[in-house]
Amino acid sequence: MIQTFAFYLFAILVIASGTLTILARNPVHSVLWLIVSFFNAAGLMVLVGAEFIAMLLVIVYVGAVAVLFLFVVMMLNIDFAELRAGFMKNFPLGIAIALVLLAELILGIGAYRAGALKLGTPDGTAAPMVGQSNIENIGALLYSEYLFLFETAGLILLVAMLGAIVLTHRERATAHRGHQNISKQVRRRPEDATVNTSPEVGKGVSL
Amino acid sequence: MTEFFQSLGLSYEAAWAFATISGILLIALPLMLAVAMIIYVDRKIWASMALRRGPNVVGPFGLLQSFADGLKVFLQETIIPSAANKGLFLIAPIVTFTVALLAWAVIPFGPEAVLANINVGLLYVLAISSLGVYGVVVAGWASNSKYPFFSAMRAAAQMISYEVSIGFILICVVLWAGTFNMNGIIEAQRGHGLGIVNGFVFNILLFPMWVMFLISSLAETARAPFDLTEAESELVAGYQTEYSSMSFALFWLGEYANVLLMCALNAILFFGGWLPPLNVDWLPGYYVPGWIWLFGKIFFFFFIFSWVKATVPRYRYDQLMRLGWKIFLPLSLFFVVLVSGYLMLTRYAA
Repeated sequence: MIQTFAFYLFAILVIASGTLTILARNPVHSVLWLIVSFFNAAGLMVLVGAEFIAMLLVIVYVGAVAVLFLFVVMMLNIDFAELRAGFMKNFPLGIAIALVLLAELILGIGAYRAGALKLGTPDGTAAPMVGQSNIENIGALLYSEYLFLFETAGLILLVAMLGAIVLTHRERATAHRGHQNISKQVRRRPEDATVNTSPEVGKGVSL
Repeated sequence: MTEFFQSLGLSYEAAWAFATISGILLIALPLMLAVAMIIYVDRKIWASMALRRGPNVVGPFGLLQSFADGLKVFLQETIIPSAANKGLFLIAPIVTFTVALLAWAVIPFGPEAVLANINVGLLYVLAISSLGVYGVVVAGWASNSKYPFFSAMRAAAQMISYEVSIGFILICVVLWAGTFNMNGIIEAQRGHGLGIVNGFVFNILLFPMWVMFLISSLAETARAPFDLTEAESELVAGYQTEYSSMSFALFWLGEYANVLLMCALNAILFFGGWLPPLNVDWLPGYYVPGWIWLFGKIFFFFFIFSWVKATVPRYRYDQLMRLGWKIFLPLSLFFVVLVSGYLMLTRYAA
């Protein structure tokens, strides 16, 4: 009873916030609706008993990815008139993408009607291990059965990260004005920077 | 607690609902009281370190100062800047406050006294604490004003940076405990040091992790010396600049609830949570209820937080980023390898 209620609550909220993500005029509102949608999707994951995936969804997507989205979008200087002006120019492209998505949807539903794809069977190799938590199950599978795929994914991410660093890194001369030499700053003592003088009254100090 | 309500003649569902609601109230209401008192304690500690008296007018020793302040902001007018994004401007403090309360659901106050004893307790805390940044960022953006906006930018970058190393530190603890469950982590610390002292902090490999976790939790809650999001000498009051009345008070309460949560995490992950410090059953401390030990440890860490606030000068922003990315991240990553290698050789040696 309460599960059904929770499912429909989360599902409706996911769909509603997903719709509002694309309908919102303001990009910042869009990102915030996207976050609501992620969050409710995590709720759905909890309902199917995948609490580990749910937590990862919140940590990775809501906690990190969406913050970076928001970070970038917040800095945009939004000109609503320009946004509307670009509508007609991008209209054909938008229609084309919508058609592709519609075709995929129809194909997907058609394929589902024709009989579901044979994934892991309950007694096959992908069977859940009884008496173990989610995390242990995923860990055991990831580091035995799918070790090479897992390592490959890690390698691809590493290459992507290196690529991003190489693309954005600029070599700066050390004499650059904004350069901070931390070890030099830490080594600096009060004696190096200050002098203790006792000038006569009315004489002042020459610097 | 469900059994108690069932014994009153309620059905299981109704008993569960009553037990959960009373559990939430049992955590949230004392927490709000604790936040009010801890603000007073913070001001007192800070004052005595600066050789001042601190609040001493309202009530005996000024004990009721926070309640007087609360009443004052409650009676003030909520001012919404005309250029602000009204909806988000009002939602932001609510988000901060709610998120600060949410994480307390998995904090164990005793062997049985935990609202949600879930398998992924620590991940839940990490997930919820990563949401804390939204209140600040949304507030800064919705204020439509320069200083709050700078503050929001700083907060977004700062909190993400330190969450990364906090994640690796927590992995070390989880590897040693062998579970993500909060009570499981506490149980794993029983007699950890030579069978006498409880707590991962007495482990040579985990002690550096605790030091880093303490510093990272200062940065994660944006407390001094990492309070760059509200650096008053540069940003007026940061993201709170445009806020007044109750919306300001919600930020204030949420911030201190977060600080208490981080203190509780320090106590639970490294100092044995509700376990007494010594695992010796003929000492009187062994029979003191667990929640008293936990509260004592939380208070001890809060004192450290106040102490740091009163004594350490604020970091520069580039120093903050350098500490997070160039020192804490490689070090914590190195310790993940070290800890898992050590456990592989000893505990899981085939």
